[in-house]
Amino acid sequence: MSAAPQKARAGAEKIDVIVSAVVPLNELVTRFEFTRADDKAFPPFSAGAHTVVEMRDGDRLRLNPYSLMSDPADSSQYAISVRRDDAGRGGSLFMHRSVKVGDRMKISYPVNLFPLDLRGRKHVFLAGGIGITPFMAMIAHLERMGGAWELHYACRNEALGTYVDQLTSRYPNKVHVYFDDRNQAIALEDLLDGQPLGTHVYVCGPKGMIDWVHATAAAHGWPDENVHSEEFLAPQPGKPFEVRLCRSDITIQVGESESLLEAMERCGVDAPFLCRGGACGQCETDVIEADGTFVHRDHWLDDEDHTSGKKIMPCVSRFVGKSLVLDR
Amino acid sequence: MTKFQFPESIRSRPVYGTLEPRPGKAHLMIADAEGAEALLDLATREARLFAQGHIIYIPKTTGETYTQRLRDLGPAQFHVGPTYEASVPRIRRVLSDAHMGLQVYLAGTEGLMGQAQNEAMQAGIPHSAIQTEHRGSVARRMQCVHCKGITEDVVTDPFVCSHCGLNLFVRDHYSRRLAAFQGVCIDAEDPGNLPDPVELYT
Repeated sequence: MSAAPQKARAGAEKIDVIVSAVVPLNELVTRFEFTRADDKAFPPFSAGAHTVVEMRDGDRLRLNPYSLMSDPADSSQYAISVRRDDAGRGGSLFMHRSVKVGDRMKISYPVNLFPLDLRGRKHVFLAGGIGITPFMAMIAHLERMGGAWELHYACRNEALGTYVDQLTSRYPNKVHVYFDDRNQAIALEDLLDGQPLGTHVYVCGPKGMIDWVHATAAAHGWPDENVHSEEFLAPQPGKPFEVRLCRSDITIQVGESESLLEAMERCGVDAPFLCRGGACGQCETDVIEADGTFVHRDHWLDDEDHTSGKKIMPCVSRFVGKSLVLDR
Repeated sequence: MTKFQFPESIRSRPVYGTLEPRPGKAHLMIADAEGAEALLDLATREARLFAQGHIIYIPKTTGETYTQRLRDLGPAQFHVGPTYEASVPRIRRVLSDAHMGLQVYLAGTEGLMGQAQNEAMQAGIPHSAIQTEHRGSVARRMQCVHCKGITEDVVTDPFVCSHCGLNLFVRDHYSRRLAAFQGVCIDAEDPGNLPDPVELYT
């Protein structure tokens, strides 16, 4: 469990913000910039941090994490870049369709699950698609510090290469872009080979890419400590199921398109959370009794925990079966 | 017997493991005295490591006991040094030329492993990724917390600081930065009133 200080409510503290700019970058990605409603400075954040954006979508409250991609040294604004996922659960669609300049929103204080290891002698960034966002902040930070870095950025095609032009014109010698439609691919083995001692590699992108980087680096003798990754999972829909929450003394129904965590919140249970994407471990919940099968989807619990049937991460994992009783 | 099972102690005290072959592009092995046996054992598990291996060995009092057997493992480079201190420039040069994918294996006394680990950490390898295996003497490298002087190869508790002459109690409190345990004056309040020295772990 985390040693985070006890708070009155679950999740990180909230900041009231006003949408100051909505900048479409290409067919799928739009940048949203926020200023504070009280005109104060934003809290400083470390590169790699994310914020959880609260969306009032009719009577539904959506909470989605997005990496902060603005310059960490700029306390006058926060910015996120959101990729529209037409097949997703609707959070990114809401951002794209309904959020306008001047809207008031709530976002959480920044939380960093993907920090730079500043002991590193050199930082190699591997981005896949919208996975570029945390690296925008990391690059700004390292440029200010004079840190050594290089970026290898794989995109589907030129039209969907978010921030490619900006990055290649500013840092022509450090940014390497690979377009899928031209059959260009990151030559990972060559890239890992010959890096100076003390190099750290960071990967943000689809799960396949993250697994590939971890496995290849391990095979090349890289310590785990030097390989960093971040992948936010969106909760996947599944069959509705019923859960008994014994500490709250209620029984709740988890709908097809909501997560277990969202169902708890809808029923007024103040369950802990931070990332809502299976990465941070904050929402880990003990299972009291279960008759059925768990559908574990998180990156937090290890395989042993997954098979034990004693723990579940309600932000992304589900359950299929007769009955489930949780210590919440 | 060259293996010694250290009793469980405070969190600060280093814990050593058993060297295991790991995938890597190059393998740097630094050992002193009976630490050679840990490398010989490693070779029985994966002899091919040594083709990309660089052994830096300090025999200390073991003389020629192990050197030929280590040479027979066929390391790409084999260096026998008179003392750890004399090997430091070589270790630094090897680390400064090294790339990611280097595996570091340390074996032998605590003083050697601690100091070599420190060099590897300063070169950018996380301490948790450096393998260690204790063999041979349980002698310790001690720092006097009063004068900051280092006394090597301490085998009794208490012992006399080789720099300032205070009588020092051997603690398990360890500094990774100094690669030394802390020695604290044992008779500060009543100088001269001290227990008889006993050999460590007897």
